[in-house]
Amino acid sequence: MKQGMKQGMNQSKNQQRVFIVIPAYNEEKSIGAVLQGLRKYGYQNLIVINDCSHDNTAARAKQAGAMVLNHIINIGQGAALKTGIDYAVQEGADIIVTFDADGQHDPQDIPMLLEPILKGKAEITLGSRFLKSTSQVPLLKRIVLKGGILFTWLCSGIMLTDTHNGLRAMSRKAAQQLQLRQNRMAHASEIIDEIHRKRIPFKEVPVTIRYTKYAMAKGQSVFNAFDIAFKMIIRKLVR
Amino acid sequence: MDILLIIVVLFVLFAWSRALLRYRDHAISLGEFIFWTFIWGAVIALTTFRTRLSFVADIAGLKRPVDVLIYFSIVLLFYLLFRLYVKMESVEQNMTKVIREIAHQRRK
Repeated sequence: MKQGMKQGMNQSKNQQRVFIVIPAYNEEKSIGAVLQGLRKYGYQNLIVINDCSHDNTAARAKQAGAMVLNHIINIGQGAALKTGIDYAVQEGADIIVTFDADGQHDPQDIPMLLEPILKGKAEITLGSRFLKSTSQVPLLKRIVLKGGILFTWLCSGIMLTDTHNGLRAMSRKAAQQLQLRQNRMAHASEIIDEIHRKRIPFKEVPVTIRYTKYAMAKGQSVFNAFDIAFKMIIRKLVR
Repeated sequence: MDILLIIVVLFVLFAWSRALLRYRDHAISLGEFIFWTFIWGAVIALTTFRTRLSFVADIAGLKRPVDVLIYFSIVLLFYLLFRLYVKMESVEQNMTKVIREIAHQRRK
């Protein structure tokens, strides 16, 4: 049955242009493997946004066959995502998947994210590590993420099981609706706020997050949670 | 009319006009504009009737007139900090647009 679903997804993928948007900053060690993994599962439209890396991220991504867009100044993951999403829309994407460059995400989860959009049940699908028992979330991270869930509920009125998961998919229509202004990590909360404000139909989908040593070292500090909370409160005041 | 009230009214009119301009530019919603109108209206009301609010000052432990100035200054500083933050965000947004445009152009 799983095989059948995979075949069905592949057929759908042929009809719908799926673009994978990958923001990257100093990811030369992982970007090649991430792109190869995506290609292995048949994803050809890969956009890497090199957010002014100091290493060979852009060159590695080009070698692996990705379309590379370069930010001339490092402005953050949120801004890089928006650059990639805009470019994917410009290139005629029907569905856009956002994917991390550090190897935390599993390409095998993408068909599950695409399914509700292809069936017209949602315009955006959000990956949730807490809906799948395979994600071994470290305790401190788990506490901060649960706090984030509560904060997002207070700010946006949406109760999710995971709020800061970079693995998500959106239809072209939803991508055009999202107005993202948060350049750095607060973009994840902003996307949920936008979903609520624009009444965009969404669905949470279980995904696996791989907490490798590399990903943990690259990942954001738990103290960023305070910065994100502050920015979201300011956004509420000045929007 | 006392000096403090004149200063407060002038400042409030200035701050409120900024909110009005932002509302007219569609930078803030009607709800937010009403919120700021209420806040600045309350500042004028509290300054005008401050002598009749001595019981509030007693509750808050304010007995010297200079304390009013200190608290007013703190509010003013917060306002200026807020304005500065908004301006900084606006500059960052413009910078982001330029960086994004360059990234798209160079890809073509």
